[in-house]
Amino acid sequence: MASSLTTDIVHGPPPPPTRNFGGGDGEPGGRGAHRRASMTGLLVLLAASVMLFAAFTSAFFVRRGMSNDWVDTPLPNILWINTAVLLASSLAIELARRALRSGKRTAFDRYWTGATILGVIFLGGQYLAWRQLNAAGFYLATNPSSSFFFLLTCTHAVHLLGGISALGYIEVQALLLRLGPGKRTAIDVSGYFWHFLDAIWIYLMALFFFWG
Amino acid sequence: MSSPVVHPAHHAPTGFIRRYIFSLDHKVIGIQYYFLAVFSVFLGMALSVLMRFHMVYPDAKVSLFEKLWPTGAPGGIMTPELYLSLMTMHGTIMVFFVLTTAPQSGFGNYFLPIQIGAEDMAFPVLNMLSFWTTFLALIVMVAAFFVPGGAPLAGWTAYPPLSAVGPLSGPGEGLGQTLWIISIAIFCGASLMGAINFIATTIDLRARGLSMMRMPLTCWSWFVTAILGLLGFAVLLAAGVLLLLDRLAGTSFFLPAGLLVSDQILNHKGGSPLLWQHLFWFFGHPEVYIAILPGMGVASQLLATFSRKPIFGYRAMVYAILSIGFLGFFVWGHHMFMSGMNPYSAFAFSILTMSIGVPSAIKTFNWIGTLWGGRIQFTTAMLFALGFVSLFVTGGISGIFLGQPALDLYFHDTYFVVGHFHMIMGVAAIFGMFAGTFYWFPKVTGKFMNETLGKIHFYLTFIGVYCIFTPMHFLGIAGNPRRYADFTNFDFMGKLMPVHTFMTHSAIFTMVVQFIFLFNLFWSIKKGKPAPINPWNATTLEWTIPSPPPFDNFAGKHPVVNHGPYEYSVPGAAKDYIMQSDPA
Amino acid sequence: MLLGPVVWVLTLAICYVFLGHYWWFPPPISQHGQAYDQQFTATLWVTGIIFFCAQMSLGWVIVKFRDRGGIARYSHGNNVLEVVWTSATAVLFIGLVLAGTRIWAAVHFEEAPANALKIEVMSKQFAWAFRYPGPDGKFGRTDLKQVNDQGGNPFGIDDKDPAGKDDITSASIKVPAGRPIQLIMRSRDVIHNFFVRELRLKQDIVPGMEIPFHFQADQVGTYEVPCSELCGLGHHQMRTTLEVMAPADFEKWLQEQAAQK
Repeated sequence: MASSLTTDIVHGPPPPPTRNFGGGDGEPGGRGAHRRASMTGLLVLLAASVMLFAAFTSAFFVRRGMSNDWVDTPLPNILWINTAVLLASSLAIELARRALRSGKRTAFDRYWTGATILGVIFLGGQYLAWRQLNAAGFYLATNPSSSFFFLLTCTHAVHLLGGISALGYIEVQALLLRLGPGKRTAIDVSGYFWHFLDAIWIYLMALFFFWG
Repeated sequence: MSSPVVHPAHHAPTGFIRRYIFSLDHKVIGIQYYFLAVFSVFLGMALSVLMRFHMVYPDAKVSLFEKLWPTGAPGGIMTPELYLSLMTMHGTIMVFFVLTTAPQSGFGNYFLPIQIGAEDMAFPVLNMLSFWTTFLALIVMVAAFFVPGGAPLAGWTAYPPLSAVGPLSGPGEGLGQTLWIISIAIFCGASLMGAINFIATTIDLRARGLSMMRMPLTCWSWFVTAILGLLGFAVLLAAGVLLLLDRLAGTSFFLPAGLLVSDQILNHKGGSPLLWQHLFWFFGHPEVYIAILPGMGVASQLLATFSRKPIFGYRAMVYAILSIGFLGFFVWGHHMFMSGMNPYSAFAFSILTMSIGVPSAIKTFNWIGTLWGGRIQFTTAMLFALGFVSLFVTGGISGIFLGQPALDLYFHDTYFVVGHFHMIMGVAAIFGMFAGTFYWFPKVTGKFMNETLGKIHFYLTFIGVYCIFTPMHFLGIAGNPRRYADFTNFDFMGKLMPVHTFMTHSAIFTMVVQFIFLFNLFWSIKKGKPAPINPWNATTLEWTIPSPPPFDNFAGKHPVVNHGPYEYSVPGAAKDYIMQSDPA
Repeated sequence: MLLGPVVWVLTLAICYVFLGHYWWFPPPISQHGQAYDQQFTATLWVTGIIFFCAQMSLGWVIVKFRDRGGIARYSHGNNVLEVVWTSATAVLFIGLVLAGTRIWAAVHFEEAPANALKIEVMSKQFAWAFRYPGPDGKFGRTDLKQVNDQGGNPFGIDDKDPAGKDDITSASIKVPAGRPIQLIMRSRDVIHNFFVRELRLKQDIVPGMEIPFHFQADQVGTYEVPCSELCGLGHHQMRTTLEVMAPADFEKWLQEQAAQK
C-alpha cells in the first residue's frame, strides 16, 4: 500500500519490443531486454502448450480411427454460452489494454475486472457442462469420446486457472495502484496468454463439433 | 506466465535459506542440480551393480539384500521381480535425473548466463521452481521403492499393458508404478520450466556483440537441447496423463479389449498399446539428444581450448547441432521396428535415422580436424573430452546396425541395443560431465581438482567402461535378450556366462573407481590448489570474471564481445589466445 | 599422450574379438537367415573400417600433435573437406539401408504363399501356446471366458463350435522343414516377442492386434525361443522351442495329435 501514485504509470506506450534474433546487441541489464525475454518466454510456453494439446489430439485421432466403440459425446448447449463468455472476456482484456494506452486508468480497472470475472464465470460454466454430461450418463471412462472430452476440457481448465491467477495478480496490483513500468509487460503477457486460451478453446469446440 | 523479471539489487540475499536453499541465483541453482545428479548417478550405479551381480549369481544369499528389501529378497536371495524393479529404477534415474539433469540443468544453468554475458537467467523465480520441482520428482521416484509391492518392473519405457493394468501384471505394478508416472509428470513440468528459461535467456540476454554465430558451442548445444526438451517433455506429459487415467480412472487409451491377466478378464476395450509407444518415443528419441548434445558442446569447447586451435568448421558444427535437433523428432519409429506398426513406415524411419548419422559423423570428423595440427595439452578435462570422442564413435557406429530394420529383426531387444545406448547415451554423456567438471571446477570454486587423482580415475574408468559395454555387443550377436533376470533357463545362454561374469566384474571395478572421483571432488573443494581467473588460457566470457564469480557475475558491468569463441593461436597476436571480450 | 596407445590397444582388442567370432550367431536355417548374414557382414565391414580408421586416427593425432612447445596451426576448417565427408557418409549410410530393404520387404511386404501352413500363436505371462487347425483346416472360434490353462485350453476354444473340436494345441511349435509357415500371433495380457535366433526373425506380439508373420525353415532341428519383450517377472523363463521336423515326421505328429482328440 505504500506505493505512491507516481510509480503507477498512467499512460504512455510500453517500451518497444525490439526483436532481434541475430542480436547480441541488447543491454542484458536493461528493461528492454527483460521485456523481450518475457515475450520470448511466453511464446515458448505457448509452444509447450500447443505440443501438449497436439499430443492429445494425435491420440484422439489414432484412438478414434481404430475402434468401433466411439460414441459421439453430445455437446451440452451451455458450452456455446461459455464460448461467448470467454470471447467476451478476451474482448474486455483488449479494451482494458487500449484504455491503458490512452491513459484511462479507471476504465482499465473496470475492463480488467470484468475480464477476470468473466473468466471465473467460464470456469463455473464448464463445471455445469460436466455435471450435465454426468447427468446424461457420460463419465470419464464411459467411452473414448467422453474420455477425450473430459481430458481436453479439464486440461484447458487447468490452463485457465493459470490464466486467471495472472489476471488476478494484475487486478490486485491495479487496485493497489502498483502498476509500475515493469507491470506493463505483465499486463501484455497475461493478455496474450488469455487470448491463446481462447484460441485453444475454439479449437477444442471445433474438434468436438466435427469429430465428436 | 511468471511475472516479469525484477532483478534484485546487485548484492546477494543475506539469509542462508534465501542464499543457498531457495536461491534465485542461477549459479547456486546450477550447483544444486549438479549435486542432485551426483546423488542420482551413484544411486543409479549402485542399482546397476546389484543387477549385474544378480545376473551372474542368481542364487547368492546376501543378508544385506534381505535388510534392504524384506519382500523382494526373502532369505537374501534376490527375486526376479526385484531384479526388474532395480532395472526400471536404474534406467529411469539415470535417464531423467542424471543425463537430463546434470549436463543441461546443472552446467547449463551455471554457465549459459555467464558465457553469454548475462547477470542471471531470464526468469530466476521460475528457475528456482524448476529445481525444487525436479527435487520433488526425485523424492516421489525413490519413494516407489518403499511402497507395498515395491518399485515398478515395467522398465523405463513403461510399455502398457504391463504398466497399465495394475498389480495384476506383477508386484510393483500397483502404487509403485503410479508413483513412477506421477514422478515423471512432475519432472516434465520441471523440464518445461527449465526449457522456457534457457530459450528466453539465450535469445534475449546475450551481451552486446555476441551474435548467435559467436556463441560458444556449449551455448548452442544448451539452446538446442532446451528446444528438444520443450517439445519432447510436453508430449511425455500428455502420454503420462493418459497412462495414469488408464490405470486409475478406467479409461481405455492404451488398453485393448480381450485382456485376460492373471485369470481375470478386464473391462477395457478399443485402446492401442502402440499409441503409448508412439507418444513415448516421440519424447524418448529426442531425449537421447538431450543427454548427449550438451556433452558434444563441452567436448567441442575443450578440444579447441586444449589443442590451442579454433574449432574445425564452427558453422558446420552449429548446423550439425541444429540438424540433429531437427531430425531427432522424426526418427522415433526406429524404436518400434518390431512393434507391429506399419512395416512401410519403418522404411521412412530408417532413412531418416541414417540421415541423423550424417551430422553425428560430421561432428566426429570436425573434432579430429580440430586436434589435427594442434598443440594438445593433456589435462584431465581434455582426457575426458578425448575419451568422449572415442566413446561417441564406438557407441555411434553400432547405431548403423540398429537403424536398419532388416538387421533389427535380430538385434531388437538384445544386449546389442543395451551396449549401443549405454556407450553413447550413458557413458559418452557422462564423460562429457566429467570433462565439464574438471574444466569448470576452478571457476566454480577458485581451486583446481587434483590432476593426478583425476588421471588415474580417467584411465581406469575409460578402460572399465569399454570392458563393461563392448562385450554386450557380442552377447547381442549371440542373441541374448535384454531384461532377463538370469540366464539359467536357456541352453544357448549358458555359453555366454563367462562374458556376463567378465562384465559384472568390470562393473564392480568401475564402480569402485568412481569413488576416486567423489573423493577428488570433495577433497578439492576443501584443499584444492588455488586457481587463477583463467587457468586454461581459454577465450570465453566465464574466464574474464573472478573465481568463484560474484553474485551478479560481471559486477554490474556489461561485457562487450568482439571476437568469435575459439580464437586460439591467431598469427600475430601477443598471446596464443584472444578472449571474446578483448578489444577488436 | 598415453591415451593414444590405450585407444589403439582397445581398438585392436575389439577388432580381434569381432574377427574371431568367439560369441556369434548360430548358423542360419533359412534363406532369409543367409540373406540376413550377408547384410550383417556387409554392414560389419563398412562400420568396422570406419571404426578402425576413426579410432586409430584419433590415437594418432593424440600422439602426433601432443604439446611439444611448437605453435598450433591457425585454421577455421576446410569447406571442401566438410562437403566431401558429409556426402561420403550420407551415401554410405543410406546405401546400407537400401541394400537391406529387400530383406525387410521379404519378411513384411510380401504375403505368405497360399500353400503356407497356418499356425496360431498365443502368448501370455509366461508361456506360449500354438494351435493347428486340425484335419478340417479351420480354426475354431475362441471365447475368453473358456480359457483354461490347466485344462489344456489356453486359447479358449469354444466347445460349441464344431470347427474347434479337432484343433490341436501345443506348448511348443513344430513345423515341417521346407514349407512356408504363416503365424497368426496374439497375446492375451501384455506385449511379448517371438524370437528365433536361427531364423534371424523377431516380432512383437501386441494384445488387441492379430499380427501375421511368415517364415520357412529348411534345417531339421530344435531351436530355442526366448521371449524378447519385457513381459513381467517371469520374462526370463518364458521359453519354448521351435522344432523343425522332416515333413513325414511332422505329418505323423499331426496325426498322433488328432487321434488323441
